[in-house]
Amino acid sequence: MSEQTAAGREAGVYPTLQQSSAATLADREGFLGVLFLAPAVLYIIGLVGVPFILAIAFSLSDATIGDASLDIVGFRNFGRVVQTPQFRRALLNSFFFTIIAQVIVIVLANILAVVLSRDFRGKWLARTLIILPWATPISLGTIGWKWILDSKFSPIDWVLQRMGLLGGPDALLGSGLHLTYLGVEELAMSSVILVHVWRILPLATVILMAGLTSIPQDILEQAQVDGARFWRIHFRISIPMILPIMSIALLFGLIFTFTDMVVTFVLTRGGPVYYTQVLPLWAWFKGIDGGNLGEGAAIALFMFPVLLATAILILRAARRMEVT
Amino acid sequence: MDAIKARLKRAGLFLVVAAFCFFAAGPFVIMLINTFKQDADLYRPQNNPFIYTLPPTLDNLRLLFERTNYLTFVRNSLVIGVLVVLITLLIAIPAAYALARMAGRWGERAGIAIFLVYLVPPTLLFIPLFRVVVALGLNDTIWSLVLVYPSISIPFSTWLLMGFFKSIPRDLEEAAMVDGYSRLMAFFKVVMPLSLSGVIAVTVFTFTLTLHEFVYAMTFIASSDSRPISVGVPIELVRGDVFFWQSLLAASVIVAIPVGIVYNMFLDRLVAGFTMGAVKG
Repeated sequence: MSEQTAAGREAGVYPTLQQSSAATLADREGFLGVLFLAPAVLYIIGLVGVPFILAIAFSLSDATIGDASLDIVGFRNFGRVVQTPQFRRALLNSFFFTIIAQVIVIVLANILAVVLSRDFRGKWLARTLIILPWATPISLGTIGWKWILDSKFSPIDWVLQRMGLLGGPDALLGSGLHLTYLGVEELAMSSVILVHVWRILPLATVILMAGLTSIPQDILEQAQVDGARFWRIHFRISIPMILPIMSIALLFGLIFTFTDMVVTFVLTRGGPVYYTQVLPLWAWFKGIDGGNLGEGAAIALFMFPVLLATAILILRAARRMEVT
Repeated sequence: MDAIKARLKRAGLFLVVAAFCFFAAGPFVIMLINTFKQDADLYRPQNNPFIYTLPPTLDNLRLLFERTNYLTFVRNSLVIGVLVVLITLLIAIPAAYALARMAGRWGERAGIAIFLVYLVPPTLLFIPLFRVVVALGLNDTIWSLVLVYPSISIPFSTWLLMGFFKSIPRDLEEAAMVDGYSRLMAFFKVVMPLSLSGVIAVTVFTFTLTLHEFVYAMTFIASSDSRPISVGVPIELVRGDVFFWQSLLAASVIVAIPVGIVYNMFLDRLVAGFTMGAVKG
């Protein structure tokens, strides 16, 4: 806003100068603009637009890996897909995992961003450690968790046994030696959520730190002078001011979690039975593993309206918050 | 009293930081320990998993480096990452500039539209793109990934850089143009140097994306030589039901530590990039 007023003031002082440069700008602007924008638009049309339309075409056809000719069969794939219990569970899980994981991430990232924007000894090391989950491919990070949650060799089980919480005759967590995290429905679901939280947290924290640094320092100082306490300042001033960027962080987290198939693929393969199945993984199993491209594309397409609705809601909310 | 209070506060802060570090880095500590564990040590549930009951060994690293294509995977990931970053910058910077400066009111909407493209995830597109890649004869090569990954990174990068360019006062370029620079020159001499944080943020983001990507890499590439680490390692070191655990965990921690340190060096720039691009833009 201040730029515009500055430009306006300048225009008032040097009207002729401003006009002449604007005229030469206009000469090139249209051409340059198209030239600059064209590669991005072509790329997106070619590698997102066309495949997206193809995905819809596949979902309406009986294409398989062996026979990819598109014979349109209407909505048969959707009908068949919806009737399976695996699909319903996958749909439910996708929502459940995403929402729970993101609630946890937003709470933790808020705390972490506040802590990391302070000065303390060893901060450099702390920051490196906290960013680590982001620095290795998620498939490999998840393998680390798969070991930690192993049914026989889990280091967590070992600690629990030594603490007397597991494996004794009247131990709190049961007399068995292992909790088999990935073999029990509720524990496997919690494990998937845990790994999602672990991997999204660094990104969410970085985005929130960006939000915190953008708050003008004098506002915070004024509040301190007025005698407000830290948490009061945080909830009354900082959080409202970073709400727009928090919604961006949330949007990223929601998209990444909702559309991710790596965590479940590596950790549980959708099991035990199909209790941790999610939409993208189920689409992969059906479409690529099972070779039924039509049904796979149909399953994957169920994600799109959800993503679109989420994005529109959040972007709208972000804009409204910026105005106030 | 105040001194005690301050000390308690510091202790509290320290505890919170320690808890987060434990959560984030704990798995990597386990990975690092297991990298050097003998089978006979690792696969005895009674043994303490945090220390070496039997002497440490380099066998697992030898297996990883000498009997798998690990180094090829690392090289593939690097090549793909660098090329995709270059393509992304080359395409996203001009597009973002056009939207920020030349498009007027519809630029805002076009920017949001481009951001929305980001919502179409790989898990939705991999089935048709697989056909496209095969039709182009690129399956089983890293070029399939070099071609396709920018379709994920360009939308986000354009959106972020658009915000960044908008936050740079127009007057600066206009002054340069009054001084006789062309629009293009003004862009290179004035806008680009001020946008370094944005370029770094986009670079880190794009590189991370290529490093993590799994779905396309697994779908498009069936020959071991062309795989990036994200799929190469799990596929080569998990044979049927047999997990080569120590080597798998080593493969992960070997990537994480150097990349983590590099990310940390750029973290302030990354935060600044997000601040200018996503908050103020």
